[in-house]
Amino acid sequence: MPGFEYAPAPESRDVVDVRGSYGLYVGGEFVDGGAGSLKTVNPATEEVLAEVAVASADDVDRAVRAARKAYEKTWSRLPGAERAKYLFRIARIVQERARELAVLETLDNGKPIKESRDVDVPLVAAHFFYHAGWADKLEWAGLPGRAPGATPRPHGVVGQVIPWNFPLLMLAWKVAPALATGNTVVLKPAETTPLTALLFAEICEQAGLPPGVVNIVTGAGETGAALVRHPGVDKIAFTGSTDVGRQIAKTLAGTRVKATLELGGKAANIVFDDAALDQAVEGIVNGIFFNQGHVCCAGSRLLVQESVAEEVVTRLQRRLTTLRVGDPMDKNTDVGAVNSRAQLERITELADSGDAEGAHRWTAPCELPDQGFWFAPTVFTDVAPAHRIAREEIFGPVLSVMTFRTPDEALTKANTTPYGLSAGIWTEKGSRILWMADRLRAGVVWANTFNRFDPTSPFGGYKESGYGREGGRHGLAAYVKEA
Amino acid sequence: MTATDVDPAARARDVIGVSTLDDAALRRYLHGLPGVDEVGADARAAGLATRSIKTTAKAWALDLAIRVIDLTTLEGADTHGAIRNLCAKARRPDPTDPTCPSVAAVCVYNDLVPVAVEALKGSGVKVAAVATAFPSGRASMAVKLADTADAVNAGADEIDMVIDRGAFLAGRYLEVYEQIVAIREACAHGRPEGGAAHLKVILETGELGTYDNVRRAAWLAMLAGGDVVKTSTGKISPAATLPVTLILLEAVRDWWTATGAVVGVKPAGGIRTAKDAVRHLVLVNETAGPDWLDPDRFRIGASSLLNDVLLQRRRMAIGAYAGPDHLTPAL
Repeated sequence: MPGFEYAPAPESRDVVDVRGSYGLYVGGEFVDGGAGSLKTVNPATEEVLAEVAVASADDVDRAVRAARKAYEKTWSRLPGAERAKYLFRIARIVQERARELAVLETLDNGKPIKESRDVDVPLVAAHFFYHAGWADKLEWAGLPGRAPGATPRPHGVVGQVIPWNFPLLMLAWKVAPALATGNTVVLKPAETTPLTALLFAEICEQAGLPPGVVNIVTGAGETGAALVRHPGVDKIAFTGSTDVGRQIAKTLAGTRVKATLELGGKAANIVFDDAALDQAVEGIVNGIFFNQGHVCCAGSRLLVQESVAEEVVTRLQRRLTTLRVGDPMDKNTDVGAVNSRAQLERITELADSGDAEGAHRWTAPCELPDQGFWFAPTVFTDVAPAHRIAREEIFGPVLSVMTFRTPDEALTKANTTPYGLSAGIWTEKGSRILWMADRLRAGVVWANTFNRFDPTSPFGGYKESGYGREGGRHGLAAYVKEA
Repeated sequence: MTATDVDPAARARDVIGVSTLDDAALRRYLHGLPGVDEVGADARAAGLATRSIKTTAKAWALDLAIRVIDLTTLEGADTHGAIRNLCAKARRPDPTDPTCPSVAAVCVYNDLVPVAVEALKGSGVKVAAVATAFPSGRASMAVKLADTADAVNAGADEIDMVIDRGAFLAGRYLEVYEQIVAIREACAHGRPEGGAAHLKVILETGELGTYDNVRRAAWLAMLAGGDVVKTSTGKISPAATLPVTLILLEAVRDWWTATGAVVGVKPAGGIRTAKDAVRHLVLVNETAGPDWLDPDRFRIGASSLLNDVLLQRRRMAIGAYAGPDHLTPAL
């Protein structure tokens, strides 16, 4: 009798209509771009999904002017309760078209359908619902420096540049609070994952959002740079790499333009010897192999107490042999495709540096498809804090394991990084959680869990992980003028 | 693994690393096991429940589900006739389809064991009896031993005992341990066919309050030499849940790693649909591993489940749902 081999359970791609080509969404209309086009591919098959227009500096200018017009003529004049209606409507349409959005996200990004269906899209809807609720209550949101009842004023036109790892979710994190607080937006999605943003433009139309309130300009780095330096933009919100964030900060230095930057990370996931080990192992897996490790807050450094290190690594490796790597459209796939060839090359190069610097590589046994961009889940042990794989953000399914002896040592190792986005603590001792959380220099500290997101909870970094917060009341504060 | 192979006391002392077993030693050991984070355990079980089992995998899983069922009736109203009907169904769950496997066992109260033994003769289907003042376990040890001996003498292949949850919750771990050891001993003697009856230890997880306690009770039962750890009597709610089965599967996996000994797992109560059963099989496959996908190592205690599995099995064969009138009654 054969074993329990799960038969393929592919999600149907018929629910989504992928068009051959897409234009820019400016002033409520789909228009051609002035700088040619780029092809977006399915990273799991290398199939070209669509040609997408590239916005020139002139296109960006038109989008900013459309946003300005919408801000002055309609959006800033609407009472919060009216803005809320649009946001609620968008949230409901996202739920109604959830399957379509999830399938398109998986096709364009390579993440497993299980994840886009159960994590990304539900969180997108939750962000719109949450911020819809705030739109008519901003006077009472307790924003810093304001007396209760004083009306916070929006910045005006917000330029937003988002990454490819959570294309639609990052759009929601940016667009929902901006609209709730009364701003209009020009958003540039990542060049490798523009499709769900363009489907979102259709949702804005379906919701009857006034033209120009949301504008989407697709393209690569130059389009983003044109948006960032456009003089008509009042605020920039960026999520992406620390290198690009640094360039944006330089561009904006000395100007009146406000910025929030959510950048890279090299989070420590810290496992003490009294942790609930089976759940800690799940948390380690979720921390670094969720979304192929393409997560800025990924728990890419495992710090494990020496007394249980061997046991934890053994349990982890056993668990990783059950991970199902492959076709992202299969409902049973746990780890999908790496988003692009360029990213695969970067992951490969950094992993090779781990070998070269003397760390010990272990690769989960799995068959990788011939087509597409793939990297098997990988664990490095014998990693020293000086190794590149312990210092640099890999942004892929590669875990670096280090050990510690005391809580002080764990803390020092965790904080010794230029980044400071997130951290995880695993212990059954409540007092130790509080002691560590107080001292970890990270914007988010998870206790006995990892990679949990909620619109009510502010998210953002310390140090080279950026500044500003998204989500919660802190996230709202970033989209209104200072008192 | 049969009850006569090992001396559980020696092995328990060895595993714990003490020369004398007492409450303090057992407490230190059981409370030193890694804890179970409730949120994380629930999330893991819920995550595995989203596995999509289709076509060939589903057909395979449905047949396995039938093969691991302990078809159970534990009612005051049970009669000889009802037991004979149940046994006929256990032998041939789908009389119209000769490829349909038999269930693993029939589980009854111990006065009905002779009826079941007679009805199942030559079928390979085992007879299991609940004993030890099932379901509460509130009786003297003499009564529990007599209860067990009754079932064993009548030819039961398997004994489903309950632990003393009162003693467990009061921290009298040695008492619980010794009772299991004594029942295990009673299983080893007096069986007409010789050999020892297989011992399943019911933890009644719905009364244990925390997942930490579920893990500790499972380890206590394994230390005492139980062949199978079983979630529930079916008389208390909640009975078998996915997270509790997950914790038992982790326990037997870790026990196997620590001692090389195989212990089975039996969720019982509340598993009524084929979908539920397949979810449990996924849990087994991805926790204890494929070796546990076998009636020797995994059982599901159920009554109405069988008909739902048969309904799904027929649907896969003929492409449409048969009406309920095409199945034999559950009892």
